[in-house]
Amino acid sequence: MSTSITINVNGRDIEARKGEMIIKALERDGIHVPTLCYMKDLAPTGACRMCVVEIEGQRTLAPSCAFPVAEGMVIQTHSPRVKMARKTIIELLLADHPDDCLYCERSGQCQLQTLAIEYDVRQRRVMGSKSHCGMDFSSPSLVRDPDKCILCGKCVRICEEVQHVSAIDFTKRGSESLISTTFDQGLNISSCINCGQCITVCPTGALREKRSIREVAEALNDPEMTVVVQHAPAVSVALGEEFGMKQGTDVVGVMHTAFRRLGFDNVFSTSFTADLTIMEEATELVQRVTGGGALPMFTSCSPGWVKFVEQYHPDFLKNISTCKSPQQMMGAVIKTYFAEKNKIDPAKIFSVSVMPCTAKKFEITRPGMGRDGVRDVDAVLTTRELAKMIRAAGLDLSKLEPTPADTPFGNRSTAGKLFGASGGVMEAALRTGYFLITGNELEDLKFEAVRGLDGIKEAKIPITDDLTIGVAVASSLANAQTLIEQIRNGRDDLHFIEVMTCPGGCVNGGGQPFYQDEDAVRNRMGALYKIDMEGDIRCSHQNPAIQELYAEYLGEPCGHKSHEILHTHYTKRETTI
Amino acid sequence: MFPKGVQGILDRYPNAGRDQLIPILQEVQDSMGYLSKGAVVAIGKALNLPASKIYGVATFYNQFRFEPLGKNHVQVCRGTACHVKGSGTVLEAMEKELGIEAGQTSRDGNFSIEVVACIGACGLAPVIAINGEFHAKVTTDQISGLLAEYRETEEQA
Ligand code: SF4
Ligand code: SF4
Ligand code: SF4
Ligand code: FES
Repeated sequence: MSTSITINVNGRDIEARKGEMIIKALERDGIHVPTLCYMKDLAPTGACRMCVVEIEGQRTLAPSCAFPVAEGMVIQTHSPRVKMARKTIIELLLADHPDDCLYCERSGQCQLQTLAIEYDVRQRRVMGSKSHCGMDFSSPSLVRDPDKCILCGKCVRICEEVQHVSAIDFTKRGSESLISTTFDQGLNISSCINCGQCITVCPTGALREKRSIREVAEALNDPEMTVVVQHAPAVSVALGEEFGMKQGTDVVGVMHTAFRRLGFDNVFSTSFTADLTIMEEATELVQRVTGGGALPMFTSCSPGWVKFVEQYHPDFLKNISTCKSPQQMMGAVIKTYFAEKNKIDPAKIFSVSVMPCTAKKFEITRPGMGRDGVRDVDAVLTTRELAKMIRAAGLDLSKLEPTPADTPFGNRSTAGKLFGASGGVMEAALRTGYFLITGNELEDLKFEAVRGLDGIKEAKIPITDDLTIGVAVASSLANAQTLIEQIRNGRDDLHFIEVMTCPGGCVNGGGQPFYQDEDAVRNRMGALYKIDMEGDIRCSHQNPAIQELYAEYLGEPCGHKSHEILHTHYTKRETTI
Repeated sequence: MFPKGVQGILDRYPNAGRDQLIPILQEVQDSMGYLSKGAVVAIGKALNLPASKIYGVATFYNQFRFEPLGKNHVQVCRGTACHVKGSGTVLEAMEKELGIEAGQTSRDGNFSIEVVACIGACGLAPVIAINGEFHAKVTTDQISGLLAEYRETEEQA
């Protein structure tokens, strides 16, 4: 039986697949209908009605995101009636909206603003009473501004259905309804794990990251301070999008130059400490597998995931690797080894990291992330904030000459760069773990089974004749939750599990450039694998800068010094609301 | 530990699901006077629902409150008859006088305000009840004095 049917759209016959929603067929055919509440991978709610189309024989307009196709259907997507209906919706949304575009964080990238322009809303026809709810600045990672919320519900859904957290929900009703936390408390004491996924789906400026640009600018202007910056693997393959470059362009070289022009004294790559993380984590895994220890071991580099376990699965805390994340390891070696070597007082170093992630802003505040009252990392900028700083400094990325990062923490293997994609930590760990156990190098470095955008990926990896390890990779906490439940129910064939809080990994983090099509994540990921394929040094343990750091300072992986500065601990959290 | 009363109520709803949420919330409020944080968390654990969902559902309905009742509980009728006779301005004045909104309790715990649908005393509209005592044909300028009476009683006691 054929699953393909024909529908007629704006006078042309196009192909559609039986049972799919109208909008899917339109998308494939390149017809764009505006949406505000539609989320590709989740069931439609039909809440906003921006996507309405006219269907012959139907009295009322139908939401194309929630209305299935039927053979012979005749559809108008941009008839005067449809356009008028959409315009009215926009006008009604604006009736209750602050006139704040000039000062709004989201201006220029706001879907509501874009629609108002597209549908030529040039005057205020409907005047509503504006709501004033007050902003929530309590979170280290996010700012909520409910006055700019259009109640599309996307943040609620991603928080519940993708992240399994449900920190926020619709409260009250009618003209009073708003998105809020339990008991309207600050996000900082809610169950929010700071992932920022809600920001990435929000069509307006109602959700944004907590900005750190000012603190960084102040440090850069302070002649007493040595200002050091590190950039995470996923940043350089996404930043270009902010400047109109093709998705998947790696701008690492010009980004280094931009850092220097902005005034940073040293430019380091978090991928270097990703290599360091692999040395520590692979060693820890080998110790747990051979010497006994809680298995499966989970990765610890995604702070949203760590908080999730602290809140909901404290019995699994012993399963989380004690390794600090690459960001924190970099912070630690900068304020110890680097400071000692260059004879700088650690208190006079301002350590900045550029991350694809909003939860990293939370991570730097965790206890144990520093020593003697000095924090490992002082400020975190998202990729979007970095783009703002570059623009504000009048720098044209496309005209800058690329430069390398500084030694010694700028030298990475490409395995470290893979951390930016879901499955990348696993692949890097397997390359080094295999070497640590067998003393031999792998012939084929590629682990296809852990690549790609699937939410859960699994493989059985033979290491020696009598050791095969079971690995799993989960991205999004709903997927991590699934694995946890399986393990609770007795599943025992897994040794090592990588969890990334954001779907697809850091390339799709809550601090990354906003994108309108899902190819962005795929292209950013593709860029990382391309870098790896073309790299000279593709395994963390082969990175000479890593070998030198151990020889000069750390001793051996998981040794005394490592435990002192590169490892951490976790505690149960009583966050229940 | 969960509040005792709440646990007792929850015990009577074994294997409860989402559809039992409203009756449970009502029972808890009836027995405790309001829905405390502890209660919401306990209900969430029992029903396997996030606390935010429960709070969302509870705030959807006007009947639930999240603060204990004040020593003096003011009910302002917002039924049709009272509405026509200006209960809206009475409520506003009451909220202004006490510095709280309907559903809240004043900081000193002396007063709480509740909006009720219709007390069934339409002849007395606009009507309010304080601690169950009805006050008929209330005007906005009476409110301050009226509240003072209750406040005084409190102080003498
Ligand atoms: S959210 Fe959008 S429409 Fe609203 S003020 Fe900001 S830019 Fe303007
Ligand atoms: S940051 Fe993540 S956990 Fe927090 S409210 Fe947004 S989606 Fe939920
Ligand atoms: S905060 Fe943003 S995503 Fe959430 S409902 Fe409001 S507009 Fe939609
Ligand atoms: S996008 Fe279809 S109803 Fe909102």
